[in-house]
Formats: sequence, structure tokens, C-alpha cells
Amino acid sequence: MQTPAPTDYVRATSVDDALAQLQKYGDEARIMAGGHSLIPMMRLRLARPEMLVDINDLDELKHIKIEGNEIVIGAMVRHREVLDSPILFEHYAAFRECEKVIADPVVRNRGTVGGSFCQADPAEDLSALGSALRGTVVIRNAQGSRTVPMREFHYGPYTTQVEDGEILTEIRIPIRPGAGSAYEKVERRIGDWAVASVGTFVVVKNGVVEDCGIGLAAVGAPHYSAPEAEAFLIGKEATEENLAQAAAIAADHCDPASDQRGPADYKKHLAKELTLRALRRSVQSSQGA
Amino acid sequence: MQVTMTINGESVTKECEPRTLLVHFIRDNVGLRGTHWGCDTSNCGTCVLWVDGEPVKSCTMFAAMADGREVTTVEGLEKNGQLDPIQQGFIECHGLQCGFCTPGMMMTGRWILDNNPHPSEEEIREGISGQLCRCTGYKNIVSAIQWAADHPAENEVKA
Repeated sequence: MQTPAPTDYVRATSVDDALAQLQKYGDEARIMAGGHSLIPMMRLRLARPEMLVDINDLDELKHIKIEGNEIVIGAMVRHREVLDSPILFEHYAAFRECEKVIADPVVRNRGTVGGSFCQADPAEDLSALGSALRGTVVIRNAQGSRTVPMREFHYGPYTTQVEDGEILTEIRIPIRPGAGSAYEKVERRIGDWAVASVGTFVVVKNGVVEDCGIGLAAVGAPHYSAPEAEAFLIGKEATEENLAQAAAIAADHCDPASDQRGPADYKKHLAKELTLRALRRSVQSSQGA
Repeated sequence: MQVTMTINGESVTKECEPRTLLVHFIRDNVGLRGTHWGCDTSNCGTCVLWVDGEPVKSCTMFAAMADGREVTTVEGLEKNGQLDPIQQGFIECHGLQCGFCTPGMMMTGRWILDNNPHPSEEEIREGISGQLCRCTGYKNIVSAIQWAADHPAENEVKA
């Protein structure tokens, strides 16, 4: 039986209230969203917060909406809501493809977007997609809020720019008219973490790649991203040869670790192959293709 | 701390520690043993119950988080001495062997049908994909859920 260490619990009534609680309890306090990362960590005693600040009541963090040319996703939006969101699907079909392979339907009822980003697991799918789409993250503290590019948000595995006394409130994704997007994942079984996964978007105009983004999970890509491959592809014709070359460059910049999910060279192979497949489908669904 | 929640329509107040997981609260503090406790790692899904009408893995939620909320367990499926069609389906189709996964399977199965009264086999299989049957009796579990879809209770809204 896995039992978390003793802790205390408070339910926040607003973001300001949550911030006040975090300030009060300092680095011993942790935000509790869906709990599907933190509770397993607590059961294994890898996390021992002395105070849990439950933000499940905060309706101000439960929106998916369009503001200007960005889609704004509140931190308390659950995976199931991302999966079902017509707004996200309209602009980036990859969100639906990505969510369909995150955990399982019951877990998706509870797990949240903010929790996934803050857990910063190197195999986390939504972080890879957010990185591919070059989104930003809004972090709030008692003094105000700041916006951080997703590709600067993670310092490394399990560490992010969210400091003590701070809370991630929103994810913001730029809208790119005509963009096609796709998500590809290889997992050992349903609900498992990725052996490798890749999300991409491509904007094609007159046969030329005007813009693109590549995000990879579980394969040791810094910030879940492949900027060298993007730089190669932008401005080039959307041919199979160029997509394959970009995929090879993306894989070259990955540094996966051998573990129970597979040897490093296999994961590198997957990084290349899945990038190619995702790019291919993104190009096909880009309206300018 | 004191936690109050509605369980199967009845208000229940109990003392527990903030670290008490909902599955243990329901089984040990409240004494409802229908909800099973399995893997401890959010994988097996035998502990699935509903919080505010949605299936959750109760080993991955603190009882404190369910304070003030509405919980439905497998004991809440039967109404006025009448088994829910999902329960009857498991009887008719031999949907269980050892019975360990059954409460979670029935709670998720009921929820699948509430949202999609005529699911395809694939939709059922996807719906229960977060739950393990250690006897590997998935075929009959799917059949049991299909049976319930084909035999809705009289008071069920038919879509």
C-alpha cells in the first residue's frame, strides 16, 4: 500500500486566494489541480508537500477561448475538454490526435493542462505539442503576471519557470490561418507514456513551407523542440525529400536515453519516422497545400 | 479533518486525514466495500467511481477533494431493488470471472451508455481502455455493456 506522507489541505476560492495560500506556506506548499501527477509522486514519497492548495474550484481557470489571434487555454481545463474542444480542433487537429493518446478516458476526466505542463515529464505529450506550436505560458504571482515562451518554460525534466508562490494560469497558442497539424505517438500499450511522440504544424503557401513547428516528447529534444529542422524546412518546397531531410535533422538533435521503453537508437529512429509522418500529414491538411 | 460528501444520494460526514485517498475513505471510513482497491498507480481502474457524475480513479484523488461533492459508487447503481441494466448485463453475458475489476468496469460502462446510448464495440473498448481485467475477459465485458445498451431501463431516456 502506498501512502503519502502527512500533509495539510486547503481549497482555494480564487487565484488570488491560491497565491495568498502559497505565500503563507512558502516552499512547503504545492498546487493541487487534477492530482494525477502529484498524487502518484506523493504516494511514492517523491513529493512531500506539507500543504496542498486545491484549485479545482477555480472557474476562472477553466476556459478555452479566442483572444485576438491566440487560443487561450485555462490551467484547470481537463484533458477531456481539450479532446472535445471544437475551437482547438478547428485550428489545430493535432490537439485531438494528441489528447486521444494521453492516458485513458477516465484519467483524462481529471488530469489538467496546467498540471501536465508543470509536471514537465520529458515524455509529456501536450508539452511537446505546445512546443511545436510555439505557444506561451502565463505565470502569475502576487506582484502580477508574466508571459514565458513555451520553449523557455522548462529548465529540464520536472523543473519549470514556475517558482514558489507562483501559479501557471494559462497556455496561449497563436492561431495560424491555413495551418495543418498532426500528432504521432508510439506507446507500448494504451495509456502509457510515449516511447516517442511528435507533434507538428505546417503552413504551406503555393507549395512552399511558409512556417512550421516540430515538437518531440520522450526522445531528449531540448525544450521538446527541433528548431534546426524547422529552420531547414521554412522557405523550402513541401516535397517528400525536404520533409524527410527535416525529419532526419530533428532526429539528429535528439538525445534519447535507453530505458525499459526501448534502446536509444530505436527511439532515434522513431523520432525521425514519426516526424516525417506528422509533417507529411500536416502538409496534406494545410489549406494552402 | 472533517469531510462531508453525498454518497449514493445520502449525505455522509466522516473524519479522515488530509492524505486519505478517496478509495480508502469510501472502503474503510464509510464502509462501502463495493469499490475495489487495486494497483495504487492509476492503472487498473478497479477503483473507478463517479465524482459529480464523472468516472474517476479514486486511488488518485484525496477524500478532501471530494468534500462537498456528489459521489456514486457501484452500490448506487441498483435502484429500489432493481439492478441497473449494466449489472444485469454482466449477469446475462458472464461479464466477470474473478470479479475484481467488475465495479470499475460497471461504473465506466454505465457512464459510456449515459453519454452514448448506442456505442460501437470500438467505442466501448476505448471507453474501458483505462481498466484492466486480470482474467482477460474483455470480450464478455464488452458484451455485457452491449447487452445493457440493448436493454435500457424503462425510465432511461432513449436517444
